[in-house]
Amino acid sequence: MKKQIAVIGLEMHCELKSNSKVFSSARNSYSEIPNVNIAPVDMAFPGTLPVVNKKCVADALKMSMTLNCKQPEYMYFDRKNYYYPDLPKGYQITQMNAPVGVDGKIEIEVNDKLIPVYIHDIHLEEDAASLDHFFDTSNIDYNRAGVPLLELVTEPCFHSADEAVAFLEHMRRVYQYCDVSEADTKKGQIRCDVNVSIMDEDATELGTKVEIKNVNSFGGVHDAIVYEIERQTKLKEEGRYSEVEQETRRWDEESGTTIRMRSKVDAIDYKYFVEPNIPKYKISKEWLEKLRKEIPRLALERKQDYIKNYGLSSYDAEILVKDKEISDYFEECLNLKIDAKSATNWITTQILGYINKHDLSINDLYLTPTRLKDLIEETNKGTISSKQAKDIFFKVIEEKKDIKDFISKDNVQISDKEELTKIIDEILSNNQSQIEEYKNGRTNIFDYFVGQVMKNTRGKANPVLTKEILTEKLK
Amino acid sequence: MDKSITELHELLKNGKITSEELVKESLEKSKEVEEKYNAFVTILDDTKGKNVTDSLVSGIPFGVKDNYSTKDVLSTGSSNTLKNYVPFYTATVVQKLFDAGAIIVNKTALDEFGMGGTGTTCHTGPVLNPWDKTRMCAGSSSGSACAIASGVYPFALGSDTGDSIRKPAAYCGIVGYKPTYGMLSRYGLFPFASSLDHCGVLTRSVEDAAIVSDIMKGKDEHDMTSWDSSNIHLQESLTGDIKGKKLFYIKEICNLANYPNASEELKMHLQNFDKTLDLLKEAGAEVEEISIDQRLLNAIASVYVVISCAEATSNMSNLTGIIFGPRSDKQNIFEMMKDHRTKGFSPLIKRRFVIGSYVLQKENQERYFKNAARVRRLIVDKMKELFKEYDALILPVSSGPAKKFDEDKDVIDDNTNVLEEHLQIGNFGGFPSITIPNGFVNDLPVGINITGNCYDDENVLNIAYTLEGMMPYKGQIAKERE
Repeated sequence: MKKQIAVIGLEMHCELKSNSKVFSSARNSYSEIPNVNIAPVDMAFPGTLPVVNKKCVADALKMSMTLNCKQPEYMYFDRKNYYYPDLPKGYQITQMNAPVGVDGKIEIEVNDKLIPVYIHDIHLEEDAASLDHFFDTSNIDYNRAGVPLLELVTEPCFHSADEAVAFLEHMRRVYQYCDVSEADTKKGQIRCDVNVSIMDEDATELGTKVEIKNVNSFGGVHDAIVYEIERQTKLKEEGRYSEVEQETRRWDEESGTTIRMRSKVDAIDYKYFVEPNIPKYKISKEWLEKLRKEIPRLALERKQDYIKNYGLSSYDAEILVKDKEISDYFEECLNLKIDAKSATNWITTQILGYINKHDLSINDLYLTPTRLKDLIEETNKGTISSKQAKDIFFKVIEEKKDIKDFISKDNVQISDKEELTKIIDEILSNNQSQIEEYKNGRTNIFDYFVGQVMKNTRGKANPVLTKEILTEKLK
Repeated sequence: MDKSITELHELLKNGKITSEELVKESLEKSKEVEEKYNAFVTILDDTKGKNVTDSLVSGIPFGVKDNYSTKDVLSTGSSNTLKNYVPFYTATVVQKLFDAGAIIVNKTALDEFGMGGTGTTCHTGPVLNPWDKTRMCAGSSSGSACAIASGVYPFALGSDTGDSIRKPAAYCGIVGYKPTYGMLSRYGLFPFASSLDHCGVLTRSVEDAAIVSDIMKGKDEHDMTSWDSSNIHLQESLTGDIKGKKLFYIKEICNLANYPNASEELKMHLQNFDKTLDLLKEAGAEVEEISIDQRLLNAIASVYVVISCAEATSNMSNLTGIIFGPRSDKQNIFEMMKDHRTKGFSPLIKRRFVIGSYVLQKENQERYFKNAARVRRLIVDKMKELFKEYDALILPVSSGPAKKFDEDKDVIDDNTNVLEEHLQIGNFGGFPSITIPNGFVNDLPVGINITGNCYDDENVLNIAYTLEGMMPYKGQIAKERE
């Protein structure tokens, strides 16, 4: 058999952050208690009407722009009609004819290499209710009904599970950077459908496409793709490729397999038509420009900048851009002209260690970039030792004080050469016999002199400078 | 209760009658009308009077079509699918009337969810015409029209997707008005076809229609298609002066020569229409005959069927009996939905759902649904072009007086098709449109309709008001034929 390549496309659903739902005034917020965040329209009571949440439209347009998609001239919605117990109206309000974005292209990083990803479209829609199935009953929770959802559809442009997952991680970061979603898979805020087919390496036509529905974690996406490629490849090897059917399967986390749901032949006709209760809305150029300005510099661009212009390692740069708040902190440091590498060292070791341990946000840290700057400068000047700097780091955070509050006469390091020379001269004059011993070859008593200096200065002598002077004097 | 709103307001203000007395009379009348004509779904027996304020409708009873959501009051849409549904919120326009002090005394019967023009598909049985019990009121605002014609109260709410206010008004000899699309919020109106649905009112005078609409109109944050009409003052615009106004009628609809097999009733109806045109001229208006491509007119009925059925199938997909309405006892959820819908809907509605699904199917959508939308646009564009030159369109309503129950079952007769269906133009374009009575044919009332351009409600009402003043039918109450 010829070498096979996999062709993968993704549909990524991401819940958006907003005060109220996308077409109703109910709160958009996750709750353990069922049916508390609901308005009459979420349960499709007769006579209720949808009202579009402008913030959700704005966020959707921003995402469309970050994906370099084309935005439509008019904003309007369509109805997707089908019956399902989690769909109270019997239709979902979505966008089929004029999505907020079409024909996009971005680059993402996979194993330090850039690959292009082609976006078919991105559209704004409403989420369905959630169902809980029990032994002989099912419960419907309408909290999620009407929650704003962005659905992003890629072209079949990935060739491995790694690429697909890298894209999802890239997008999760974009959503978080733009602050349009928490994009937390654990809260079910991201859900994916995956299309997988295989083909001969030199073939021009795609193989039979299998769709895997509702994969709710990135790990699941990875494993489902790997499993499905294997399954299809094996059938092909055995000469049974005709058994690969255009169908919808679901990912079964427990068994680690995909299970057939329905054939594409049974595909539902959604009978799309334009939602008549939401008037067409012209998207002005001015509004788009305003929104574009609100989009922050995204992670990949920052990372490349840090590596190229600040000489950071790919490893460190990756740590810095993982979270926008951290990256913003770092950039604030750069603005304050802190040396990039010092800032990086402090952030990646002390600061991240501390906030992770205490489950804090970097924005809550009392050690602001300005204070960090003081700390680094005092260390560089030699006012404090690096060990002292670490102590002060904790004290500043815990006692909420400034750096200078911890640098008193008592603990300032003696880094003045003249002052230190005087002290050393005095010590040496009191230790003539030891000097002789040293000069006779007992060089290991050098540390004895250092110890004396430290003892005399109560540890405040700059150790490097002390050694330097002693070496000079004892020559 | 056979008086106008302003007359009642005057009596209430002067203390000649009390709100309590009006409510009592209205309830008694409701029971009588229910017994005789089957006009109501619910009569609110324990209704109390209200304070009389400066608002013209304060302390005055009124009726609400049963497809409006009314908090704590059964709201069925005249369908078995909602036969036990008691909403927990009130429709915006109803609430505005409550806030103005008006008092709801009953919910009126309609063709199931407004989908019908006969008043025969209500889950409570057919509504009979108060002028002749062997005849229909037309629909779907059948109960409201019947109640107004019977003098139960001075105004009742209706809804109009094709002609559901304006045709029953003609058949019952009263006034039926639907304002420009979006002037009245649809929040709380059970949807039939959202792009065609209008709220409106049935009264016995143009002024009453203006008064009630003035109260109900306004932008509603719950309805994105509603708009700010604070610069429109309907009642104030009723001057009775239409000198220099230009009206047109459509030759293909009004010319008797187009109906080779015309019935006597149709002949009399069209002759009567001509007399009304003379009145307009007498009042100083110009009336011109214009011609419209017959093919465009012939398409009206099918465009309506395709669009309204398509939107209806989708709009009524929420009726599954799971959240509200009688829940099926089947075990599987899909079986429950199927059972609820199979038992709940009348055969007429099911037929329309089949049509709606068919025209929306992927393989049919272009040919039917999208083409219907295109023809709708052509018809609306044609009307808008005419409204640039003319102030309003005037046409006879239907092909004569109310039909007998055994005569018409919503079957389209090719002969008089356009005459029966032309009011749907008003829904295609969202145009303000009003029907007023203009006489009798065989002792049964007939009506004319005046339709104008969007947002030109003041003008349309003033023309109707002027004409009404020149005829003796204002405020008439049905006298049952023996």
